[in-house]
Amino acid sequence: MPVLLVTPLAIYMTAFYAWPLASMLLRSVDDPAWTLENFRRFIGDVTFLDVFWITLRTALIVTAGSLLLGYPVALALSRLRSGPAALVLVLVLLPFWTSVLVRSYAWMVLLGRHGLVNELLIGLGVLDSPLRLLNTSFAVCIAMIHILLPYMVLPIASVQRQIDAALLRAAAGLGAPPWRVFLQVVLPLSMPGVAAGVLLVFVLALGFYITPALVGGPHDLMLSMLIAQQVDLLNWPYAACLSTALLATTLLLIVLAQRLPGVRDVMRSATR
Amino acid sequence: MDGALARTVSRGASVVLSGVEKHFDSVGAVRGVSLDIRSGEFLTLLGPSGSGKTTTLMMIAGFEMPNAGDIAIDGRSVVALPPHKRNIGMVFQNYALFPHLTVAENIGFPLRQRGVDRATRARLVAGSLELVRLPGYEKRYPRQLSGGQQQRVALARAIVFQPRLLLMDEPLGALDKQLRESLQLEMRRLHADLGITFIHVTHDQEEALTMSDRVAVMNDGLIAQVGTPEDLYDRPCDQFVASFIGESNFLPGAVLGREGELLVVDCGAAIVRAVAGDGRTHGGNVTVTTRPERMHFADRVAESARQNSMAATVVEAVFAGERCRYLCQCDGGVEVVIKEPSSSIIPRRRVGDRVEVAWSIADTVVV
Repeated sequence: MPVLLVTPLAIYMTAFYAWPLASMLLRSVDDPAWTLENFRRFIGDVTFLDVFWITLRTALIVTAGSLLLGYPVALALSRLRSGPAALVLVLVLLPFWTSVLVRSYAWMVLLGRHGLVNELLIGLGVLDSPLRLLNTSFAVCIAMIHILLPYMVLPIASVQRQIDAALLRAAAGLGAPPWRVFLQVVLPLSMPGVAAGVLLVFVLALGFYITPALVGGPHDLMLSMLIAQQVDLLNWPYAACLSTALLATTLLLIVLAQRLPGVRDVMRSATR
Repeated sequence: MDGALARTVSRGASVVLSGVEKHFDSVGAVRGVSLDIRSGEFLTLLGPSGSGKTTTLMMIAGFEMPNAGDIAIDGRSVVALPPHKRNIGMVFQNYALFPHLTVAENIGFPLRQRGVDRATRARLVAGSLELVRLPGYEKRYPRQLSGGQQQRVALARAIVFQPRLLLMDEPLGALDKQLRESLQLEMRRLHADLGITFIHVTHDQEEALTMSDRVAVMNDGLIAQVGTPEDLYDRPCDQFVASFIGESNFLPGAVLGREGELLVVDCGAAIVRAVAGDGRTHGGNVTVTTRPERMHFADRVAESARQNSMAATVVEAVFAGERCRYLCQCDGGVEVVIKEPSSSIIPRRRVGDRVEVAWSIADTVVV
């Protein structure tokens, strides 16, 4: 039976993922004894609300940026002939083959005080002294967009490739100039891909740790970093509350998004 | 000029193809097509796959650019015009209905592109749906419709903006036989009602003969013959047309001479007289052809000056409901197919019977 094939993986995931996760989350109500006191204190906590807002805001900006940059790339991927399309695909996927840590460090090199960007601008005479690019929200957004872009491009491109070319020809034949064909046919039909890409990028951005930690400033404290900080302080109950909040938000978003029929189809076609 | 003729002349576009060529890499898909399509006529481009008929249609539509030659619609060259400026109605094989729009929005799409206001759009859409006999279907989505209904919506969408020309690329290809036949008749009716020019592409010769005013048979990038269905059936100009349209028997032979309008040919088993056709001077070897259903069994050797006849042996006899189909081997070795109506007054032949096959000289054509 097919179920038996999944059993080893299920055991592995339960032992090394589900069980530690569950026991960690339990600490929010179980430490030092069964109590809701941790949550009560947590809900009124200003730091948490601040950080939560920063996390949400960053995720929103990163998602919007990825969409604006990624949609044209996806469009190009679906329109180009196989030669150039393969090249663009490789360029989009190349970051996947480098670890997030390495890429984040690369951004530090690029954006630092004596980094490539500053050196270039000073060398060209545009600047007199280096700009503070690193350790800013700007750096966080740029780096996160760069890292999450493939997750936006690929679902959109996949949906766009499925758009029947005959529809585009029909629209043109019926009198629609190319820009109207895009607005009235391509764009609406690519929405499921857009929804899937937006969901993926937003959820990933919510939980991002390494990149904001390395290239962000003191005001760019994301939820994941706060959790890490509290774990370092051995403040398990508080860390558990934060984790629960993050997990709950993410799950809620996924469930809500799944209810959009287009998104379900995209997910389904990926698993077919 | 009577009313119907006036209506036809004014509503349909004339299309003139002059020496149109199209190559893909080094493959010549269309190798020099010239065709005069009259205003208001129903013309079918008929041919096997790879004959260039769809490519020709795509060039008329503007989705392909000819490498040579010109295409003029209503006297104006359109080769430089992009498809969205040509104002041509189009129906595709897989309908190409927009899945994210309702039936009404699909049909209203070309009207929107032309800036028609919402109220007029609704009225025209309703009228179009009436014409294709789908009233009240405005709010449905394409995925809720059957194949035949989708095709009719595609038709409605193609004519709602009153184009002078309608192009159809194998529109009935995906439908079952019965649906296809009823839609063929509907398209014929629609053509009569609208009076515009229809250009239709198909590989189904029966469909072409049923629906069209004229048929252009294409083979390997060139037009083999253009004519009315009767012209093509009764007087095919070459072996390709004769075998592509309906069934044909071919009798090779040597020319013996001429008798007025007729060519006298020695086909081995018999001397055959054939209509010489287009006035080409024939000499040497020719092939004559006739249709299986025009041949019958004579009970005695035909002395009539108007008949050809040949001795043969029945090799196969098949009863196929409406007809009996016989394969006969003539004394010269050539095999011919004969179709006789299955009627009680016509005797059935059996395998091995010696027979005299006879057919009218007027039905014998040189190809």
